Amino acid sequence: MQGAPKTLLQHVAGTASRIYTIAMFVFLIAPVLVVLPLSFTAGQMLVFPLPGWSTQWYAEFFTNPLWTDALRNSVVIGVLTTLLATALGTAAAVGLHGAKSRWSGAVIALLVTPLAVPVVIVAVATFYLFASLQLVGTFLGLVLAHTVLALPFVVVTVSATLQGYDPNLTRAAASLGAAPWHAFRTVTLPIIAPGVISGALFAFVTSFDELVVAIFLSSPQLRTLPRQIFSGVSENISPAITAAAVVLLFVSVLLMAAMEALRRRSERMRRATENAT
Amino acid sequence: MLALMAPSVVFVCLVFVLPIALFLFRAVDNSDVPRALPKLALVIGTWNDGELPPEPVYRALVADLTVLRGSPELAILARRLNYALPGFRGTLTRTGRMLPASDVPSAKDALIAVDAKWADPEIWAVLRQQSGPVTDFFLLTALDRKRDVAGDIVPVAGDQAIFIDLYGRTLWVSLGVTLFCVILGFPIAAAMARATPATANWMLLGVLVPFWTSLLVRTTAWVILLQNEGLVNRALIWLGVLDTPLQLVFNRTGVYIAMVHVLLPYMILPLYSVMKGIQQSHLRAASSLGASPLRVFFTIYLPLSMPGVVAGATLVFVSAVGFYVTPALVGGPRDQMIGYFISYFTNSAVNWGLASALGAFLLLLVAITYLILGKLVGFDRLKVR
Repeated sequence: MQGAPKTLLQHVAGTASRIYTIAMFVFLIAPVLVVLPLSFTAGQMLVFPLPGWSTQWYAEFFTNPLWTDALRNSVVIGVLTTLLATALGTAAAVGLHGAKSRWSGAVIALLVTPLAVPVVIVAVATFYLFASLQLVGTFLGLVLAHTVLALPFVVVTVSATLQGYDPNLTRAAASLGAAPWHAFRTVTLPIIAPGVISGALFAFVTSFDELVVAIFLSSPQLRTLPRQIFSGVSENISPAITAAAVVLLFVSVLLMAAMEALRRRSERMRRATENAT
Repeated sequence: MLALMAPSVVFVCLVFVLPIALFLFRAVDNSDVPRALPKLALVIGTWNDGELPPEPVYRALVADLTVLRGSPELAILARRLNYALPGFRGTLTRTGRMLPASDVPSAKDALIAVDAKWADPEIWAVLRQQSGPVTDFFLLTALDRKRDVAGDIVPVAGDQAIFIDLYGRTLWVSLGVTLFCVILGFPIAAAMARATPATANWMLLGVLVPFWTSLLVRTTAWVILLQNEGLVNRALIWLGVLDTPLQLVFNRTGVYIAMVHVLLPYMILPLYSVMKGIQQSHLRAASSLGASPLRVFFTIYLPLSMPGVVAGATLVFVSAVGFYVTPALVGGPRDQMIGYFISYFTNSAVNWGLASALGAFLLLLVAITYLILGKLVGFDRLKVR
């Protein structure tokens, strides 16, 4: 009988910790999910209970030029950012992998620093320079600034994939007479493709979700989707915003989930290679 | 290999390092004043006694203003000097309009006749302090300090002293958010580390989905949930906890709730990866040697998970310090942090010097936090995934 009170206590503690964990997961997930039903409201207000279901706000989102232009701008800027960041970042990661010089550490630190600096400072500083170069309110300005923020993710993901890559393969290709670019395209790139793709996905999401830089570098004629949602929330909040938020939510969660799947796959492959050698 | 790194390095230098360096230089840059008043800048250093300057200084000012008259540069100069001494703009504009001829017998008497302010030693002290190529004016202003007529650093008047409060508020809110994240996140990460792989995977997804969701969407959701007619207030009234809706948004409560929600994954994920690596055998060994569960927790589990706590807290704290969007949307006017004021002085007030000085102090705070805590746990740990 000596153990009985302790088991009861453990039981109570166990139940309490389970209730706490469930409550915390509701806190984490519920705010993300709450925009879903609200975006289908038949009413004009963002309140529960919903007066009825309707897709009117999605119709508004996909027909009102205010929203369709913003969506198109975000996609164009996101794709261009992805291309630029992926090309630059992959090249840098391959270069860093090959050169184990004393500069590598400094180069990695430089390329990753944009993540450590508060975005508002990056945004204001870029605005300051770009204003004198007439780049504010242009696609080019937003693409350049977003590429700075997306580049670290590409460098980090591609570098991680390259850790499982045997540099002897490149040497073998070269000894067989392949030019460096040919060796990269036919040997290295197919092997590190999962890392490059997840880096590219990360770059797209970074640009597509980005708000602070967009606040400073966009103009009334060139607004991104997050920028348009932001002015909606700070001015008058209508259910069309929740429809826009759901679109934003779906794109980022979908792409990030794809990235996570790729990451796990390459981790498994790396572990398999390590076990084999 | 260098050729492959070079494009990225050049790109980051041009689009990241260069703009930030130029922007930060604005905190001490004063080239506007000597460029607009070149003759005055040359002679004003010759006089130094806190009294009114001699005739040549007055004459140099008249000569400079004659060149400036009617140009937009006069307006820029007037705005710049008005920061240092409220009312300077009016004096300068009036003087520019009624400028005495350059051959009057006494430029001093003529200027004082236009505006009696030119007989005030303070206006001349300000001109002397602000006529060099660099200035400490903006950095001092951002610390609620200024230079008096004698050039000594003194606190500004009570109603203008807003920046020390601002740093205090930013630090206080960030520390509060960090503390909440540690207290709320620790048990979740521990539960994830203890769970079976299948359950742990589901829990990980529960942390990753909000982590992946755009900050803007989550902040928007909190505005909707916390408003007076929102779900949270309705639920509390329905449960009988409240009679009337509680003000949960556009105040400090809203800022805390939304920021903790946004930053909690940054605490849980590094903590979880550290806790996953703690050997269960250590804990069992301690229990089998007779340690109570509390003792096992405090002497084994907590010290072993400490690197995760510090790494997570660092990430949460440095992110919180730089927050701008969330307080702007869910906070009230008295809940805004440094980021908001940097944006305000850039967009609304167009005072680049002050925006830059605030940016410099924010950057300093982030750098110090990273250096101290990064050294403590190792920089490799300072990543979310």
